[in-house]
Amino acid sequence: MSMIEFHNVEKYYGDFHALHNINLTIEAGETVVLIGPSGSGKSTLIRTVNGLELINSGQLIVDGFDLAHRKTDMNKIRKNVGMVFQHFNLYQNKTVLENIMLAPRIVLKRDEAENKKIAMELLDKVGLADKAANYPAQLSGGQSQRIAIARSLAMRPKCILFDEPTSALDPEMIDDVLNVMKDIARDSSMTMLVVTHEMGFAREVGDRVIFMADGRILEDDSKESFFDGQPTNERARQFLSKIIKH
Amino acid sequence: MISIITNHWQDLLYGLGQTLLCSILALFFSLIIGSFFAIFEVVPSKTLRIIARIYIEIFRNIPLLVITMFFYVVIPMFFVKVNGFTAGTIGLTIYTSAFIAETVRSGIQSVDPGQMEGSRANGMTFTQAMRYIVLPQAFRIVIPPLGNQFINLVKNSSVLAFVAGFDLMYQGNTIASTSFDTLNAYFVVGVLYLIITMPLSYYMRYLEKRLD
Repeated sequence: MSMIEFHNVEKYYGDFHALHNINLTIEAGETVVLIGPSGSGKSTLIRTVNGLELINSGQLIVDGFDLAHRKTDMNKIRKNVGMVFQHFNLYQNKTVLENIMLAPRIVLKRDEAENKKIAMELLDKVGLADKAANYPAQLSGGQSQRIAIARSLAMRPKCILFDEPTSALDPEMIDDVLNVMKDIARDSSMTMLVVTHEMGFAREVGDRVIFMADGRILEDDSKESFFDGQPTNERARQFLSKIIKH
Repeated sequence: MISIITNHWQDLLYGLGQTLLCSILALFFSLIIGSFFAIFEVVPSKTLRIIARIYIEIFRNIPLLVITMFFYVVIPMFFVKVNGFTAGTIGLTIYTSAFIAETVRSGIQSVDPGQMEGSRANGMTFTQAMRYIVLPQAFRIVIPPLGNQFINLVKNSSVLAFVAGFDLMYQGNTIASTSFDTLNAYFVVGVLYLIITMPLSYYMRYLEKRLD
C-alpha cells in the first residue's frame, strides 16, 4: 500500500497559490528527497502530509486516511507520521528524556518502564545518552536536532517528515545529524520525506528526488536518473548545477 | 494612633479578615476563570473566541463599582438576596478575571508557536499540548504581570466598603467618622493593606527568580 498519495492537490494562502495540482505517490519504505528554491512550496507540501497545513482541494491520503475528509482524526495520522523541524521545536520546559518520553506516555499510553528503556536506547542511538537530564536550552543545534529525531522515533512511526533538518545548523554539526538520518533510511522500513539541500544525503540514501518550483512538481526522478543523467526540466538543471557547485 | 488601635482593634481585625478572605476567594476564582477565557481566546473554535472576546471586553471596560452594584442591587430585585460581601467578591472576581484573561492570553501567544506545532506533530491533542507544553511556559512568562493583577485585586477589594462588606476600608470609614481622627484611622488602614500586599509582592518576585 502507498504511504502517501496526492491527487490533484491545491493549496492557497489567501490569493497566493502555494501548491499547484500536486500528484505524487510515495510507497512505504521509500526515502524521497524534495528540493527546490525557497518559496517553491516544499515546506508547505511536507506540512500538508501531517495536517499542519490543510489542503483546499484534491485528495491526500496518508497511511490510508483521507486528510481532506472532515471527520478524519488528525491525531491518528500524527501517531504514525513523525516530523522533524528546521528549528527543532523541542519542549523547552522538559528535559531531554521527558521530550522523548512525553508523547509515548500520554498519546500511546506506553508502559513507563518500557517507555524509559526505549527512550534511553534512542538516546544511545543518536549518541546523546549523557544529555538525558539536560534541558533543550543547554544543547547545541546539532544535539537538539538529534534529540528531535529521537523524539520522533520514540513514537515508532511508519513515516517521518524532515523539514530542512540541517538548514539552521552550523556546518560542523550537519554531519552528525545526517548520519543519524542515514541510519534511519538504511536500517528500517521507514518512509522518509526529506526537504533538504544536502545532495550527499540524497545520493547516498535517497530513492527518488523531486524538484519543485512555484508550487509545482517539475521533476520526479529516481536518484540515478536525477544525478547521473540530467534532469529533463531546465529549471531543475540550473538549480542542481548551482547547489552542486557550492 | 495607638488609641485607634487599642479602641478599635476588634473592628480592624475583622476588617482585615474580610479583606483577606475576599482577596483569596477572588484571586482563586479569577485565576481559574481568567485562564479559561484566555484559552478560549486561542482555541481553533471561532465561537469560543467570540464568547471570550465579549466577556473580556465588557468586564474590563466597566468600573468595578458598577459590576459590584449590579450584584448588590439589581440581582436582589429579580432573584436572590445577596449580601455586600458576596456581591463585592463576585464583582471583584469577574472584573479581575477579565484582566487575568488578557494577561494569560498574551503569555500564551508569546510562547513560540513551534512549541504547539512540535507537540501536535508528535501526536498530542490541542488540549494535551496546552496542558503539558504551552501553558507551563506561558505562566512562567506572565508571573510578573500576574503579580500586578493580584496586588490590584487586594487593593480593589476596598469596593466592599461601598456595599457594607465590613472590610478594612469599611472599618476605616466607620472609625474615622466616629472618632473624628481621620488621619490616624486611614493611616492604620493603609498600613494594614501594606501588610497584605507587601508579602504578596515579594512572593511573586521570589517565584519569578526561582523559575529562572
